Amino acid sequence: MSATDTSFPAIRRIGLDGLIVSFGAGLSEQANRAALAFRAAIDREAWEGVEETSTSLVSVFLRFDPLGVPHAAMTARLQALLASRDWMQADLPRGRRLFFVPTVYGGAHGPQLEEAAARAGLTPGAAIASLSGARVRVQTIGFAPGQPYLGVLPDCWDIPRQQDLTPRVPVGALVVAIRQLVLFSVSTPTGWRHVGQTAARLFRPEAEEPFLLRPGDEVEFPTISPEKYERMTAAGQDGIRHEALP
Amino acid sequence: MTRALIVHEAGPGVTLQDMGHPGLLAFGLSRGGAADRLALAEGAALLGQPDSCAALELAGFGGVFEATEDIVVALTGAPMQARMDGAGLAWNATHLLPRGARLAIGGVRDGVYGYLHVAGGFDTALILGARSAHLTAGIGAPVAAGDRLPVGPAGAGRAGLTLAPVPRFSGGELRVVDSLQTARFPAEVLARFGATTFTRDTRANRMGVRLTAPGEGFHAPGGLQVLSEVIVPGDIQMTGDGFPYVLIAECQTTGGYPRIATVIPADLPKVAQAGPGARVTFRFVTTDEALAAEARHRAEIAGLGARVKPLVRDPAQVNNLSEYQLISGVTSGAAEEPT
Repeated sequence: MSATDTSFPAIRRIGLDGLIVSFGAGLSEQANRAALAFRAAIDREAWEGVEETSTSLVSVFLRFDPLGVPHAAMTARLQALLASRDWMQADLPRGRRLFFVPTVYGGAHGPQLEEAAARAGLTPGAAIASLSGARVRVQTIGFAPGQPYLGVLPDCWDIPRQQDLTPRVPVGALVVAIRQLVLFSVSTPTGWRHVGQTAARLFRPEAEEPFLLRPGDEVEFPTISPEKYERMTAAGQDGIRHEALP
Repeated sequence: MTRALIVHEAGPGVTLQDMGHPGLLAFGLSRGGAADRLALAEGAALLGQPDSCAALELAGFGGVFEATEDIVVALTGAPMQARMDGAGLAWNATHLLPRGARLAIGGVRDGVYGYLHVAGGFDTALILGARSAHLTAGIGAPVAAGDRLPVGPAGAGRAGLTLAPVPRFSGGELRVVDSLQTARFPAEVLARFGATTFTRDTRANRMGVRLTAPGEGFHAPGGLQVLSEVIVPGDIQMTGDGFPYVLIAECQTTGGYPRIATVIPADLPKVAQAGPGARVTFRFVTTDEALAAEARHRAEIAGLGARVKPLVRDPAQVNNLSEYQLISGVTSGAAEEPT
């Protein structure tokens, strides 16, 4: 990490019209929390010239018109807001939910489970037990509409993405890398390893609530048999249920 | 009969596009919209309407279209072969598509994305605030034979006008600024990146454009374990093989591959319109240079309307001059329009 040795929070440029405020070099609960809280604070400030904000795992993105507000002026605003409190002590958003998303692991539904397990130093059975027993949080939504990055998995799952892209994983694919799970909302090429399959539809463009998950929600992926998965999907069901978190 | 464009045939990459869906990055939805925004602006200038109007984006190949009533159309972006009832039509120009006439748009001659605009804009339903298809996100669908696309009320659009396009259809130099991981790349790799002539690969779509070059890839140590971070159009990702993948309109919203640099917005149309085999190079510029380029780019777009001028007949473009006059509506009077 020598090339990016930085103290946090750090403000960096992205593209010509973007700034990113990062709360850590790696994913942590606190940094994720800080990012969610800081974005909400920027939105409350309603600064002129800001065109969009969003969060990623440990960062807040701000897009603005650099011909309207110079980079230095926008950066100064961010620095002042950062200094106004300790963002690492911020609370998670209210109204979070816990989702249970039935998942079939391995085989044709998760063709890279064995490979991922080997990378994690686990037998396939132990890998399934580890993944299906984990409760993970929606750290951010990104890459594709409604698509959650979920973490943090145990240390053994700190496995890199693969060098070559998998040409295509289906909608609802559960994939793993760098101590995170991703549930795919679209069918797309990916460098993450495909370990399981769900019937989740994360984005329905014409629905009143287009997005299934929100940042901060928690999710478990209990294992089900391929037979049960086939029966469920044949009946047009996703098997997903959720409850409110206290 | 409602004002509409009937699609008789459509190439595989024909979609409705406008300026896309800004503001939904937090939900994982990238802006999308036209791959070449400048072509939208040129079409809007030609037709005297806002550049928020949706147009048909034709990736590589057009189709056959018919209007239910007289409709003025504009053709912009990558030049394609276009004929109306057999007569050749000039690209970068407006034409009257009379009710019942067939407009046939064939293969691209240069570049990638051609655009068919209609006076009044396409008036399809808004989804999440836009008419753009965003196929990677599952919004909308490709335009296909049998579709009937509603067209808004005719505005100021007139046939027989032309606009010289801003050149951008054959690659060239792309100006870039530092990105999040630029500093992760060794100086030697950055220098080689700036000195390399890349070739646009055949693998490219509305998400991004892959580039290749002979020799070694461009790697950053530890690059495959970067935390996923927000992506902006223009970001140049170095995927596992170490060659650039330049993200454009319909890119994903976050990504974890290291980004060596970001193409400035003014040069994004050039990225999208670089056809297979086109050569491109990258040049790092300072923030001040990039801002100056952005200001010039905006001024250029704002000035497009003033550059619209009457279409002068080009015998090479038409089969029959009298027919051409009939269908295009050009008269000597058009030459007196202010330019």
